Amino acid sequence: MNIHEYQGKEILRNYGVKVPNGHVAYTVDEAVEAAEKLGTDVAVVKAQIHAGGRGKAGGVKVAKNKEEVRTYADEILGKVLVTPQTGPEGKEVKRLLIEEGCDIKKEYYLGLVLDRATSRVVMMGSEEGGTEIEEVAAATPEKIFKEVIDPVLGLSAFQARRLAFNINIPAELVNKAVKFMLGLYRAFVEKDCSIAEINPLVTTGDGEVMALDAKLNFDDNALYRQKDVMEYRDLDEEDEKEIEASKHDLSYVSLDGNIGCMVNGAGLAMATMDIIKHYQGDPANFLDVGGGATAEKVTEAFKIILADEHVKGIFVNIFGGIMKCDVIAEGVVEATKQVGLNIPLVVRLEGTNVKLGKQILDESGLNITSADSMADGAQKIVSMVQ
Amino acid sequence: MSVYVNKDTKVIVQGITGGTAKFHTKQMLEYGTKIVAGVTPGKGGTEVEGVPVFNTVQEAVEKTGATASVIYVPAPFAADAIVEAVDAELDLAICITEHIPVMDMVKVKRYMEGKKTRLIGPNCPGVITPDECKIGIMPGYIHTKGHIGVVSRSGTLTYEAVHQLSEAGYGQTTAVGIGGDPVNGTDFIDVLSAFNDDPETYAVIMIGEIGGTAEEEAAEWIKANMKKPVVGFIGGATAPPGKRMGHAGAIISGGKGTAAEKIRVLNECGVQVAETPAVMGETMIRVLEENNLKEKCKTH
Repeated sequence: MNIHEYQGKEILRNYGVKVPNGHVAYTVDEAVEAAEKLGTDVAVVKAQIHAGGRGKAGGVKVAKNKEEVRTYADEILGKVLVTPQTGPEGKEVKRLLIEEGCDIKKEYYLGLVLDRATSRVVMMGSEEGGTEIEEVAAATPEKIFKEVIDPVLGLSAFQARRLAFNINIPAELVNKAVKFMLGLYRAFVEKDCSIAEINPLVTTGDGEVMALDAKLNFDDNALYRQKDVMEYRDLDEEDEKEIEASKHDLSYVSLDGNIGCMVNGAGLAMATMDIIKHYQGDPANFLDVGGGATAEKVTEAFKIILADEHVKGIFVNIFGGIMKCDVIAEGVVEATKQVGLNIPLVVRLEGTNVKLGKQILDESGLNITSADSMADGAQKIVSMVQ
Repeated sequence: MSVYVNKDTKVIVQGITGGTAKFHTKQMLEYGTKIVAGVTPGKGGTEVEGVPVFNTVQEAVEKTGATASVIYVPAPFAADAIVEAVDAELDLAICITEHIPVMDMVKVKRYMEGKKTRLIGPNCPGVITPDECKIGIMPGYIHTKGHIGVVSRSGTLTYEAVHQLSEAGYGQTTAVGIGGDPVNGTDFIDVLSAFNDDPETYAVIMIGEIGGTAEEEAAEWIKANMKKPVVGFIGGATAPPGKRMGHAGAIISGGKGTAAEKIRVLNECGVQVAETPAVMGETMIRVLEENNLKEKCKTH
């Protein structure tokens, strides 16, 4: 799950990680009020969307007085920002962060991620702040320093010190940088983050080390124990069908094509998209109904696919293991009873309780094309939607 | 021969009184797996499908001499269940549970360092040695005994590959699902190495997917060490970047972990990769032919 920059900064503040003062604003008046509350001459008006690259797209402006805050807030609120991370359709700005300006001496990069190779959390730092870390890694990998963290000890002070010296934080600010890093690590672990990226981390003219930007992502599997993080969820930032799917614990990703897919298992669901593309079709979604799905859940999944107006045909591809074919069949029959079915449906069933599943579909009287294999099913649905 | 499990493996089911566990305990027993005990705290003294239930893994091991366990415990408690299996010094713990928080697994992996237990999974279908022992959730009937080793990050894609092989007449030594999570107990290289040492395994199919670099590392290992032909498949060639495709580990981030890159490295290291999931079996048969193994591997 993603959250906004201002929300990330709220969390960091609670862990003693230094961030500039700021307030969220939903309207132009609130933005001006926020700037007055800050009491500084210079305020930064920052678009809050769940995507990076806001600055270059015109979503971050430095205002020298209240009037400029009003002008910029008016300009940015409601604007559709298109950045490399939003896709071509862009994202509409509905919230602003009004933040005190600060006297930047130098920009750095600091990030925490899970390193899959070592199964440990790694803190990465670089003195090339403000640029994407992937670009730094490609151009000047020697400028990226890493500290692998033992989960029992947590980030050790010496590791934080070593990293701070390696990225050339001025010696007199190293202690402040260490405090920053230790707080960031604590926030990462206690809040079950999957990514914590501070880009840029800055040193300022008045001798502070602080987070000018903050990107926190969270492990979806741990949200059950992070109720306060869940409060930060912004449904405006998510696809409607994905929201509906998440209510039913379905793993769903919206895509651009016209063939709806219902599959069990993430690997098979991905492979089903791949094979549809292979036969020159276009999948409308990734949907893994999961292992423990009930007939009701399958019904909901089917309804979500049918609610997508781009969908011109549906391919159900099931290889039952933990998932039983009869449960899938019951769900499909129930959903079509509830919402009707006017488009082609191809079903391929294999695995646990396959005979029972096929029997349920046969006896339903529904107009279903059955397939013997996933290749057969993919070819059939592709030809039927053309 | 086979890897990890065989007809003599004595198995504990952790979380045996849950609905899914009950269903699969029955299926495993019907397959012939030696399920000797179940564990659910507070349900000690009862029975599930005729299998005695104990309150702790330690007690179950002491009373039955089990050496392996399969874990169906819900995600919030699954990490603790793995640690309990490791503490009881089992040889093998297979964790089926999905959605375990990553931080929990980071701690479990740290705890397991230097311990004797091999963890397979989490978020995996389990391990099966056809006609001998089925531990997990895979449909038993698609598997046939033979000489192809199967290792995969995806459950249902493993079934797909096994089904294609069996239909064509090529049985399997063992099929191992290593799971779709970013932190898991056993990786491709562990399983490839086991198959490399298993005299009954003549060739291996390795099924990967987008995210991470486990397939690339396995490819390099194969090039340097593998004495047997390996065929690959990578799922998610059409997955959009930045989106988690069901499995916690299946995400392309920062341009890393794409299917194209994995396929490139595998090919470079001499691994032929099936073009679609529908031709995993065919690709294997072609490679067997190229290596003069086709007749040796044909089992039925």
